[in-house]
Amino acid sequence: MALSGLDIYKLLPKTNCRECGFVTCLAFAMQLAKKAVSMDKCPYLSIEAKRTLAESSLPAIKLIAIGEGENKLEVGNETVMFRHEEKFHHPPGLGFIIEDNLDDSAIKKKLEKINQLKFERIGQELKVNLIAIRQNKDKNRFVEVVKLVAENTPLALVLMSEDLAAQEEALKLVGVRRPLIYHATQDNLADFAQLSKDRAVPLVVSAKELELLSTLTRELNNQAVTELVIDTGKKPIAEKIWDLTQIRRLALRKSQRSLGYPVLVIVDADDPYIETTEAATYISKYAGIVLIKGIEVERVMALLTLRQNIYSDPQKPLQIEPRVYPVGQVTNKSPVLVTTNFSLTYYTVLAEVEASKVPSYIVSVDTEGMSVLTAWAAEKFTPEKITDSINKFNVRERVAHNQLVIPGYVAVMSGDLEEKSGWEVVVGPKEAAGIPAFLKNLYL
Amino acid sequence: MELVLERWQQEVSIVTIGATKEEGGTRSYVVRVGGEKTLPFLFPEGEIPYPPVIAFEVWDIAPSDWSTELNKYYGDVFNDPLAWAEKCVKQYQAKILCIRLQGAHPDFGNKTSDEEAKLISQLLKKVSVPLIILGCGDDSKDNLILPACSQATKGERCLIGDAVQDNYKTLTASVLADGHNIIAESPIDVNIAKQLNILISDMGLPLERIVINPTIGALGYGLEYAYSIMERARLAALSGDKTVASPFICFVGQEAWRTKEAKVSGEQGLIWEVITATALIQAGADLLVMRHPVAIEKMNNYIKTLMGVSL
Repeated sequence: MALSGLDIYKLLPKTNCRECGFVTCLAFAMQLAKKAVSMDKCPYLSIEAKRTLAESSLPAIKLIAIGEGENKLEVGNETVMFRHEEKFHHPPGLGFIIEDNLDDSAIKKKLEKINQLKFERIGQELKVNLIAIRQNKDKNRFVEVVKLVAENTPLALVLMSEDLAAQEEALKLVGVRRPLIYHATQDNLADFAQLSKDRAVPLVVSAKELELLSTLTRELNNQAVTELVIDTGKKPIAEKIWDLTQIRRLALRKSQRSLGYPVLVIVDADDPYIETTEAATYISKYAGIVLIKGIEVERVMALLTLRQNIYSDPQKPLQIEPRVYPVGQVTNKSPVLVTTNFSLTYYTVLAEVEASKVPSYIVSVDTEGMSVLTAWAAEKFTPEKITDSINKFNVRERVAHNQLVIPGYVAVMSGDLEEKSGWEVVVGPKEAAGIPAFLKNLYL
Repeated sequence: MELVLERWQQEVSIVTIGATKEEGGTRSYVVRVGGEKTLPFLFPEGEIPYPPVIAFEVWDIAPSDWSTELNKYYGDVFNDPLAWAEKCVKQYQAKILCIRLQGAHPDFGNKTSDEEAKLISQLLKKVSVPLIILGCGDDSKDNLILPACSQATKGERCLIGDAVQDNYKTLTASVLADGHNIIAESPIDVNIAKQLNILISDMGLPLERIVINPTIGALGYGLEYAYSIMERARLAALSGDKTVASPFICFVGQEAWRTKEAKVSGEQGLIWEVITATALIQAGADLLVMRHPVAIEKMNNYIKTLMGVSL
């Protein structure tokens, strides 16, 4: 938990010696609280004060990295209970469990499909993160499947086996990819701690009760194992929400470091809808990693879209650069459509213009990321602003006609806009969905 | 270990929809929503007396813009609102219906208030589930048809909407006179939601008869805005602000089925409706108006598992 300037002041020598470069200890404390200066500037800080300060600067929920390179997943380091308080920082990893009793060709086929699960949405790439291999048979089969999976996917790995020998063998093959090891429990703690330490791989710790979980992470910490992900096992959905909420509250509000780790949730439901709704619940409610089995593109796309929504920054709507965007093989006869620079609006319009197959120009006006109606109400999408944008982007030089299409919702500004811009205003549809039909019937 | 338990000051108000014979209506049961004493599904912290409820959406005219996927289920009854309503109840086990009087809109048939009131009266005879009645979205027309429908259902304790900030008086007066509940719609804005609740209750309608429509966007289409507005309003309610302590109604079906995803494939639309509803339930939705019968069935299963009922 971050300390206030006054909290820090109490830890300082209060001699106002000025050796730190500040006039008083209080002034120095205030700068420390803002993280504007290093505590090393004070030569008289006690060891205890140093430790307290160092701890207070650690994040309440540790950031854990799984995997390497381009497909590295980082989860944790969350700072709030609700996204409106600031934002959620690290979107939960979504992964798929592959059972090692499937035959090789089925596994390969599955991986091929999973590797294809990438979507573009409002200018961002949405992708899945993890493949978890779960042991059902003997050690050899597990290791064999780990090898097969590693060869066939670039995604980060989770090794799910309670068999220490199997884990050791598997880590010889894929240890360099920094897989997540599932899992240490009360019964195997010492062995799995050693494994995580020797191989420098992150480790899942599981216990049904938060009390025990907390004890286990403390013990692991004492053995210098700190790259942890925590898990409270299989439970009914409301109990899981309770665990996730309590872990987040305890870490943030009570500075309980022993629970300050990202949480793994395994959704083990056979019904595909139960699976998807449960996964959606945990994505919304504080999970750090969600593992599922179903790989159908419709479900995964919905889950990744939800993750994008929940983890978007509420203070900063996604925006695109305001400019003129040619869509398709434009000519000087192509229509010119005006919209905002709110990503959701722009990409929705873009998709419909593309679908219409009518090459067009889209002029994205700087509305500071507001949508059409909001921007209009806030006077960020006015005849003046639109005129400025059209002039600034030299739209006149691109086309030989004089018509400007505006969103149907701002039809009221037509007259004013015509007067200010000198363009002839054509009122387009209210909803982007109407664009294809509109463009096909538009004669310039 | 000491858990972190919130000591909330206040609960969400309980709104009762429908009236049985004993209560002066003709419904065979009532539906209650709200009453939460904590955030969604944190049972150890406070009581959650009523599960979220899904309403089936039924129109008074054949919808021109519904997905073809939905045709498969309602195509045979689109032209007969009474048969449509009956199908939802009998075949799909609808617990509550939401009738949208779209046909009254000047652009969609311009039905008169007499016609709509007559339809609603017939509907009361055809089905015995509680009703939600929605206008057509044209303010001046709604100010004619909704009072007529309110009167035609006097004593049935329907939920009628939507009242908006610059058009709430006519509807509030009717709802007050005829013993119904009201939907107060605000454009993704906690302050307007609060303001409108105050305006309506100032006219004499108790806060316990208001349901908030926070105006939602579908998954991928601004869902997160409503999600956070609902969380903020609910936190304020639990912390003691009586004026936003109303249950939420979310029009999930209409938003999910107009997305590009739903237009691309029926299966994608179904999932889109389900996940939109799931996220909103986690933000505190009490009443969700949906379209696809399979999506509704799946959501009812989800709600049961949330409430701890084994399937």
